[in-house]
Amino acid sequence: MKNILPILTVLLVIVAVWYAAAIKMNAPWTYAQAERAGTEVTFSEVVRDTLAQERPVLPAPHQVAQELWDTTVMKKVTSKRSLVFHGWVTLSATMLGFAIGTTAGILLAIGITHNRAMELGVMPWAIASQTIPILAIAPMIIVVLNSMGISGLIPKSIIAAYLSFFPVAVGMVKGLRAPDAMQLDLMRTYSASDAQTFWKLRLPSSMPYLFASLKVGVAASLVGTIVAELPSGATRGLGARLLSGSYYGQTIQIWSALFAAALLAASLVIIVGVIEKITLRRMGMAV
Amino acid sequence: MKIAIILLVWIGLWWLNTRLARSAKTAWFVPVLFGITLLLLWELTVRLFGVSPVILPPPTDIALAFGSEIPTLWEDFVQTIIKGAFSGYIIGCGSAFLTAIIIDRSPFLQRGLLPIGNFVAALPIVGVAPILVMWFGFDWQSKAAVVVIMVFFPMLVNTVAGLQASDHMQRDLMRTYNASYIQTLAKLRIPTAMPFIFNGLKIATTLALIGAIVAEFFGSPIKGMGFRISTEVGRLNLDMVWAEITVAAIAGSALYGLVSFVEQRVTFWHPSQRG
Repeated sequence: MKNILPILTVLLVIVAVWYAAAIKMNAPWTYAQAERAGTEVTFSEVVRDTLAQERPVLPAPHQVAQELWDTTVMKKVTSKRSLVFHGWVTLSATMLGFAIGTTAGILLAIGITHNRAMELGVMPWAIASQTIPILAIAPMIIVVLNSMGISGLIPKSIIAAYLSFFPVAVGMVKGLRAPDAMQLDLMRTYSASDAQTFWKLRLPSSMPYLFASLKVGVAASLVGTIVAELPSGATRGLGARLLSGSYYGQTIQIWSALFAAALLAASLVIIVGVIEKITLRRMGMAV
Repeated sequence: MKIAIILLVWIGLWWLNTRLARSAKTAWFVPVLFGITLLLLWELTVRLFGVSPVILPPPTDIALAFGSEIPTLWEDFVQTIIKGAFSGYIIGCGSAFLTAIIIDRSPFLQRGLLPIGNFVAALPIVGVAPILVMWFGFDWQSKAAVVVIMVFFPMLVNTVAGLQASDHMQRDLMRTYNASYIQTLAKLRIPTAMPFIFNGLKIATTLALIGAIVAEFFGSPIKGMGFRISTEVGRLNLDMVWAEITVAAIAGSALYGLVSFVEQRVTFWHPSQRG
């Protein structure tokens, strides 16, 4: 808790800089308007105007907060202008993709730890694939699946699954390998079968690694879903809000969608963190 | 029948791979063969089942498109990777490094900025792309700006962690030498921070490419890899899209390889490099 004061200070500085930047970046528009009207503006008028423009270059924090409040609490949840609605569309695709990607990642990791050919063959590709900008193919997958008649939740989830797949697989391989030779020898002296070694030693000792990569994976699948919502006429979801905002110059809408996405990402990571804490404590591994 | 052929090829190559994996001499060939197997199965499936090239073009078509479109691909490569991603990467990592050195002097700033930096590093930062495209225009400057923001925080967090990696004994030794702050920084703390810094640089390479490509979806001049991907998808010209993806993959791996190569040279003393 001793970090609260420094964090608040930094946040306060950020907000102050933001206000200053908003005034500076929106001022040219105000001056241009005044010149067109043939009037002089004082500095205090400029400040008041720059913080309340309808399409500012940089919206002020309170405008974004206002928009967030309007589009979450004040609108009906089913309304197409409600951020809760768009957030839910994004969240459901993220969760489905995350579940698929995590399951596949764990299964691949189990395969890799039990089969030497798979380890030698698949691991270098799994690692290499992380250096490739996979997100670039998101629009293609969407369009292709659309042309095959699959649309809606599934294509987005596939991209989300793909992005969470590799972090989980790589982390899980590390985790399943975590038991040291002494512990494995002990299992052998008990005459434990491979399955028993897996359930009683390898799987439990992989948990800290699993949760570390789950945190990376859940953030990655949210990014994947949002990017997947960008191309070709998607009208629902946070990504679609970003794109339509950028087409129509609705800066406040972009910023509010961005903050909604940030809140969603933060809460997903925190939820995984809480589950991690509970699980590790019940296993007696928590510090 | 068709399925039987595909399965037969798969099982045959799988068996060969298992054989190769047993001997240490041939083990290096296993990943190569695995890659070849994937490409072969892809080609066979597409050809035998007559999958429309609009859905999935076979690898040979992609190779042909790659060969015949090299000038376009090169132009896109220069626009997106060299101008957009690379300049953003250098500015972003450089400024993060300098910021980290400044933050390092103040424990108050460290305690305040690090949690926020960690938090921001997990956020979907690609989302700022439309805003930056609005501010900096359609050309590569806006892409570089997106890349700067994307690589800044992972790099910052890693560098700050690295600067704290030297232990008390080492710092005390520097003090007994009467070393100045600058000397301690240059001779002890930055060298010990290098493994962390390279970790940050490696994470940043992938992020830089993603940022530069995705930012082009929000508007770009009529060249660039992101632009090409989105327009060729619209024209259902998928072999060209896959050729661009191949370029992105090669560029990503090459950049990553370059950073790892420099890392091996710089941090040769670190246990992880001595394997």
